[in-house]
Amino acid sequence: MKNLLRLLEDDCSLNTEQLAALAGMTEEETKAALEEYKKQGILLGYEPIINWDLYDEEYITALIEVTVIPQRGDGYDRIAQRIYQYEEVESLYLMSGSFDLCVIISGHSLKQVALFVSQKLSTIEGVSGTATHFILKKYKEKRMIFKPQEDYKERFVLD
Amino acid sequence: MDYSKILNSRILSVKPSGIRRYFDLLNEMEDGISLGIGEPDFATPWHIRDAGIYSLEKGFTKYTPNAGISDLRKEIAAYLRRRFGLEYSPNGQIIVTVGGSEGIDVALRCMLEPGDEVLVPTPSFVCYAPLSFMACGKPVYIETRAEDGFRLTAKALREAITPKTKVLILPYPCNPTGAIMEKEDLEAVADVLRDTDIMVISDEIYCELTYSGTHCSIAGIPGMYDRTILVNGFSKSYSMTGWRMGYVCGPAPVIGAITKLHQFGIMSAPTTSQFAAIEALRNGDEDIEYMKQEYDGRRRYLLDGLRRLGLECFEGLGAFYLFPSIRSTGLSSEDFCMKFLMEEKVAVIPGTAFGPVGEGYVRISYAASMKNIEEVLLRLERFLARLR
Repeated sequence: MKNLLRLLEDDCSLNTEQLAALAGMTEEETKAALEEYKKQGILLGYEPIINWDLYDEEYITALIEVTVIPQRGDGYDRIAQRIYQYEEVESLYLMSGSFDLCVIISGHSLKQVALFVSQKLSTIEGVSGTATHFILKKYKEKRMIFKPQEDYKERFVLD
Repeated sequence: MDYSKILNSRILSVKPSGIRRYFDLLNEMEDGISLGIGEPDFATPWHIRDAGIYSLEKGFTKYTPNAGISDLRKEIAAYLRRRFGLEYSPNGQIIVTVGGSEGIDVALRCMLEPGDEVLVPTPSFVCYAPLSFMACGKPVYIETRAEDGFRLTAKALREAITPKTKVLILPYPCNPTGAIMEKEDLEAVADVLRDTDIMVISDEIYCELTYSGTHCSIAGIPGMYDRTILVNGFSKSYSMTGWRMGYVCGPAPVIGAITKLHQFGIMSAPTTSQFAAIEALRNGDEDIEYMKQEYDGRRRYLLDGLRRLGLECFEGLGAFYLFPSIRSTGLSSEDFCMKFLMEEKVAVIPGTAFGPVGEGYVRISYAASMKNIEEVLLRLERFLARLR
């Protein structure tokens, strides 16, 4: 039987009844387990995956490589905190490799993203450099394929 | 030309499967949902597809040995040992066929003489009786019942055996009922067969989709190895229906005879598919587990849903079908399915498609997305409310 969290990871639109059946639990047990996961901070929230290209709205996502000077006592955490406070920041990760922090931001125009980088991000104390990469096309996100291959129509039906 | 005089009379007398018309109607509907098709809704796992593609890139496009690539036969032997404790020699006891269906066909044809009787527990997959009949045999149905969990009982088997009985088909886990046969059930069947010359064709194509314990093969029951022809394949376990990959294992003389039929009729199973199948067996155990868990969740959800709506439903623990009784609606299976299709645009299959004993039942496949199963349950609720 599948773990509740794995089920939610695959499809967070499942209702408690469905989750219960899929996990082989009762609905009460399922509700209690979800509450417990939330309380412990294991289950943070649910987010839909939207293909904004098909919706009539400009939507721009960029990945920004940030190099920083870590601070005594706080390491990277304090700078990270300052960065993630901004609404525009979708995700923020501490990285291994040639840069330190990876910021994913989205905005409604190139200008908005550019302003964020030049006026907000790069002026934070401790940030020593940025490199902005715009995402040109999304193929897959969180295991969801943006344009799934269509199945061929003629199917064999005798069984 | 009067083709009725030219065509083989046996073949002419076989009726085509009656399921098609439901799908023809469904195809013309908008928002139609099918829980009718008996095939996995997953695409073949990527690493298996990739192995097929890679074999093409390398130019492996020629015939293979008649019985299949030796590496594939070795992997089949290893798989049967690993998962079911069965021992078959890759040289002489295993042949790779074009799907399990060819396996059933050639297994029947290599044994049947005119008038030989083939015992077919029903409700079951639609091919056994026509294939037996076209191989000049006489299919004899053994009805299985919900109260026995749709299992084949020793009593029913004993009553059906005559001096002409040559073959017993053992179709478990069962399409369409979802029934499985556990070790004790198989031992009881073996007790009946041990002193006879009856051969068993055990169609274990759904063996990996067993949701209670692990599948038990009759070939592993004492005294049955020499009288069992095991048919299996990749379609259901690895979601590879379109690759047409199956295999037959059994005593060397039987596989030898089957190899003759296969050699002259087919030559060898598709090469690309065989390379994909090797990858499936080497690195696919996790895929099996993943898909099984998915189906099991949907199975429980659908079963709960059907019972909540007041339909009596035997808990199928195998394959990916549930077989609820629709007697409480007062409709025949065919009427129920046609009405449900026309009024709610949902295709399910009448139990009668799998033998007359299926009257009063419908087959619902849960090899479908949760969204579709949920929607079907909503439509079914509406439909049943109108009938009451």
